Amino acid sequence: MTRERRSILLAVALVLVLVLAACQAPAAPQASQPAQEEQPAAEEAQPAEEGGENVLEIFSWWTNPGEADGLAALFEIYRQRHPDVEIINATVAGGAGTDAKAVLKTRMLGGDPPDSFQVHGGQELLANWVVTDYMEPITFLYEEEGWLDKFPQALLDMVTYEGELYSVIVNVHRGNVLWYNTAIFQENGLEPPRTFDDFFQVAEALQAAGITPLAMGGKDRFEVAHLYEDVLLGALGPDGYQGLWDGSVAWTSDEVRAATELFSRMLDYTNPDYSAVSWAEAAGMVADGKAAMNIMGDWAAGYFINTGRTLGEEIGYVPSPGSEGSFMVVNDSFGLPKGAPHRENAINWLRVVGSREGQEAFNPKKGSICARIDCDPDVFGAYHQFSMDDFASNALVPSAVHGSAAPDAFAATVLLDATLNFVVDRDIDLLLETLQQAAEETYLGQ
Amino acid sequence: MARTTALPRIRAASRRWDWERIIPILMISPSIIAIAIFVYGFIGWTGYVSMTKWNTLLPDYTWVGLENYRRIFQDVRFQADIRNTVVFTVVFIAGCLALGLTLAILLDQRIRGENTLRSIYLFPMALSLIVTGTIWRWIFFPGNYPADPSGINLILAKVGLEGLQWGWITDPTIWPGSRPEWLKVKLLVPLALLPMTLAAIWQMSGFTMAMYLAGLRGIPDELKEAARVDGASEWQIFRLIELPLLRPITLSAVIILGHFSLKVFDLVMAMTGGGPAFATDMPGVNMYYTVFQGNAFAKGSAIAMIMLILVALLIVPYLYSNRQEEM
Repeated sequence: MTRERRSILLAVALVLVLVLAACQAPAAPQASQPAQEEQPAAEEAQPAEEGGENVLEIFSWWTNPGEADGLAALFEIYRQRHPDVEIINATVAGGAGTDAKAVLKTRMLGGDPPDSFQVHGGQELLANWVVTDYMEPITFLYEEEGWLDKFPQALLDMVTYEGELYSVIVNVHRGNVLWYNTAIFQENGLEPPRTFDDFFQVAEALQAAGITPLAMGGKDRFEVAHLYEDVLLGALGPDGYQGLWDGSVAWTSDEVRAATELFSRMLDYTNPDYSAVSWAEAAGMVADGKAAMNIMGDWAAGYFINTGRTLGEEIGYVPSPGSEGSFMVVNDSFGLPKGAPHRENAINWLRVVGSREGQEAFNPKKGSICARIDCDPDVFGAYHQFSMDDFASNALVPSAVHGSAAPDAFAATVLLDATLNFVVDRDIDLLLETLQQAAEETYLGQ
Repeated sequence: MARTTALPRIRAASRRWDWERIIPILMISPSIIAIAIFVYGFIGWTGYVSMTKWNTLLPDYTWVGLENYRRIFQDVRFQADIRNTVVFTVVFIAGCLALGLTLAILLDQRIRGENTLRSIYLFPMALSLIVTGTIWRWIFFPGNYPADPSGINLILAKVGLEGLQWGWITDPTIWPGSRPEWLKVKLLVPLALLPMTLAAIWQMSGFTMAMYLAGLRGIPDELKEAARVDGASEWQIFRLIELPLLRPITLSAVIILGHFSLKVFDLVMAMTGGGPAFATDMPGVNMYYTVFQGNAFAKGSAIAMIMLILVALLIVPYLYSNRQEEM
């Protein structure tokens, strides 16, 4: 009897524990609505929460050689300035951050933000996190550090919402670059194309010589849309391209239709196995002489260098057809989430990220250029000096595929899906109507 | 041990309250509560979300009815997903059953080394689908054929069968390729889907074989002996005795393979990424991108509910027939 009693008690206790656990879950702090008031509380709770440790948790998707080295260089500077803080490097692997962003969304919505996280400056930051009230403005930091005239205004505009700045841009990649195999071009007596007419002439000659003219990827889903956005920039010019995002140019307009026809013609010169080729493999086709050209952002520069090529010798580069004078900005930035568990440490982290010292340490390793305009060109190689010159003088436009020009609901799904579908069915009406409809639903009139 | 002494105690207990009946209920109640919340509760929650306007990061529970369903069914990608799921499921299940049954019958001949062979056939199942997908992607990666083929195209070139080279997982052809007026995608079989189906069959046919082998071993020899005495041929024994007796096995295999195929995700991600033009895309992949890249939680939930309905279409008749048999 007594043993039976005890087992009953045990069972009841188990049930109670479970019920209690179930009750507690919903009571956990809801994402962040009253975050402003919550912050002091969160700070007070900090020592107890982390067992009295002084911690900084940085979330990013920089795991590959080069970018991980750059991140380590930033951490090193932070450690020198704040030796007592332990840094937690919370990375989630995967190019373009697809998987990392999924993890980040789960954490943010669950009320468990990291101290600071990597985010493409632009709509990915603003639409996802700022408009939804998950971020704290950091205009005060720009004023304290005197950064307001150290970054190009076009770049600051990308991270500004209702007059407040929301993140610190650490690096800039260029999206509109055409890479070519110089040996192939010399053997066939060709010049790198500057305009669309040039491109089609060159492509025709290469195809006649039995060489795949344009290497394109597709396995990572973004490559086709990346080419499309570079063609749109080349055909519409910087103002027309910007018009797509502010609503002054409709996707169904004649100019966009003409640009899309150019895009469709260019696709005729690509490799048929694109759908199983990643962007790096497509760049590799150019490096190995299996294809003549590749249009990709300048993270491909890092790939070429890592595989032992010298930029300007084996591999040449020019702005993608028609886009000379424009600079497609792809950037990474860090911001300050509301309710960051270690707010002071996070702010100090942002000071490092925005400093000239930090940017000069990070960018040569990452293979990008500084977002600041006062970095020393001598710490960079020849390609990046060319890129810095253009960055200082060209029209800066935001990339949609890489998170700046349009919100994820448009750029990360509809735009990618519709262009991938277009490669096969080539239905211009379907593509443009899909994009126009999605634009109206996601970012126009908001 | 309790049996002999239980009688007087039960009588005593039933007078107060039937503890012998309450304890089992108490013991399973934690798991019942957990399942109620974490399975059925979340299914209900997903169903609710799928009828709201929550298509940004910020929750918005405005009721919109079936609007999200209407939109996903008009979506090219989702239409392709449904087509692919049907084709993949049918080819995959048929392939696994045929191959699994053949292997099981061959192994059932009491041959030497049966254990080793059985393990070899079962082994692919132990692999992660990511590994399977990556390896089969290497095999079916066409390369720049005919000039610079790779994978299976390279083998074909080496043995002088260049004529058989084609794009495999990168070929966008849909066979036969007609498009009904009310659809945005062509029907019916995307050729790029077939290599992926083959990889899945390779992975799961050993498992089907093991199920069939167990079934065959469960058929009493007396039945077959009696049939032989009556003059039945081996083919007749197989067709009229073994096959009917294997029906429950087939049904179980169809359920297991069917729900595997309806949920397939990692194989697509590793092998093709869904391309070309969604010829190999699946609802699970679409749902992942819709929710975690596009932040369209309501639309993603609608896709999840459609997947649930597809699985239910397969499983509910099975559970129902099981119940009928039990009663």
